[in-house]
Amino acid sequence: MKKFRSILATPIFNENPIAFQILGICSALAVTSKLETSIVMSLAVIFVLSFSNLAVSLIRNHIPGSIRIIVEMTIIASLVIIADQIIKAFAYDISKQLSVYVGLIITNCIIMGRAEAYALKNPPFQSFLDGIGNGLGYTLVLLVVGFFRELIGSGKLLGYAVLPLNTEGGWYIPNGLFLLPPSAFFLIGLIIWVLRTWKPEQIEED
Amino acid sequence: MLEHYLSLFIKSIFIENMALAFFLGMCTFLAVSKRVETAVGLGIAVVVVQTITMPVNNLIYNFVLKENGLAWAGLKNVDLTFLGLITYIGVIAAMVQILEMTLDKFFPKLYHALGIFLPLITVNCAILGGSLFMVERNYTFNESIVFGLGSGTGFALAVIALAGIREKMKYSDVPRGLRGLGITFITVGLMAIAFMLFSGIQL
Repeated sequence: MKKFRSILATPIFNENPIAFQILGICSALAVTSKLETSIVMSLAVIFVLSFSNLAVSLIRNHIPGSIRIIVEMTIIASLVIIADQIIKAFAYDISKQLSVYVGLIITNCIIMGRAEAYALKNPPFQSFLDGIGNGLGYTLVLLVVGFFRELIGSGKLLGYAVLPLNTEGGWYIPNGLFLLPPSAFFLIGLIIWVLRTWKPEQIEED
Repeated sequence: MLEHYLSLFIKSIFIENMALAFFLGMCTFLAVSKRVETAVGLGIAVVVVQTITMPVNNLIYNFVLKENGLAWAGLKNVDLTFLGLITYIGVIAAMVQILEMTLDKFFPKLYHALGIFLPLITVNCAILGGSLFMVERNYTFNESIVFGLGSGTGFALAVIALAGIREKMKYSDVPRGLRGLGITFITVGLMAIAFMLFSGIQL
């Protein structure tokens, strides 16, 4: 039981896919201008990651090494198509905002990386948990970045006004920089700084 | 007409830079930008693959996947757009493989210079992202060639510039927790702001 818990929990803080393994950064930056899109994106990634890990792990003893990349790619692409169709069917507005980034989950290196590094060597249940754990680690970063970008950039959270804007008679003057993409880089840089100050063993020495 | 292509080319390099405006290909962008030499290799590989896959995917989209795209084969009202993702990634993987074999056979020097970067490009989101943008924006065949070349060049430019900055940064005193990945993120953020200056240009 303890082993399962550590599989689930290690990727969240100790080996966070974005902050430590440098995987899956593209989408983390592009979809986080609002909290809502960050949540939907995270759910899609958790879904694809856990099931691709499960599927790869189930057939891990039957895939010849030389074609494993293309097999993994096909599994991942099929799962992403399912996720994409579901989002288009039930949350069309959000799917428009996410634009190409749902499709880009295919090339999100977290998924390939975990399939290669974990699912190919471990039994299905552990791989499934590893997928969920890494998905949660990804979610954590996305939520923190999305939270600050929406709050500081437009004074709202999930579309509800939290800080009354000066244009609507309130006192808060929104900081437009946080709606722009570069702010995500600064926020993730700062998250990494905080995380590494808290857990010094992650510091890179060069 | 030529003017249109030229402005699309400039736009895809500077204004809509794949790496710094859309954050595509970030994993390779951050991982392979430690030295200028390797960054140049990666840049060339991306330009080549992008310029080849984009028109191929454009043809496949227009003549197979698009709604009524199979009309030339006598199949009416067939809509295969939901197969898009899996097709594009298949095309990209195949093109990378073919390119790898061709280079190995005819240009062994270039092949060895590119080394590991060629296979890695399959999972570079800048390539798949380029194809998806091409579909979303309904580019024609010619436009897709120009867009492929331009967006590839833009990515190469960004990765080489970042590698140059990171090489210089070895001499600076960075706070311990920010060393490596952290400071790179902040550098890229500043570069992205610098590239935003281009967005005021009207073409």
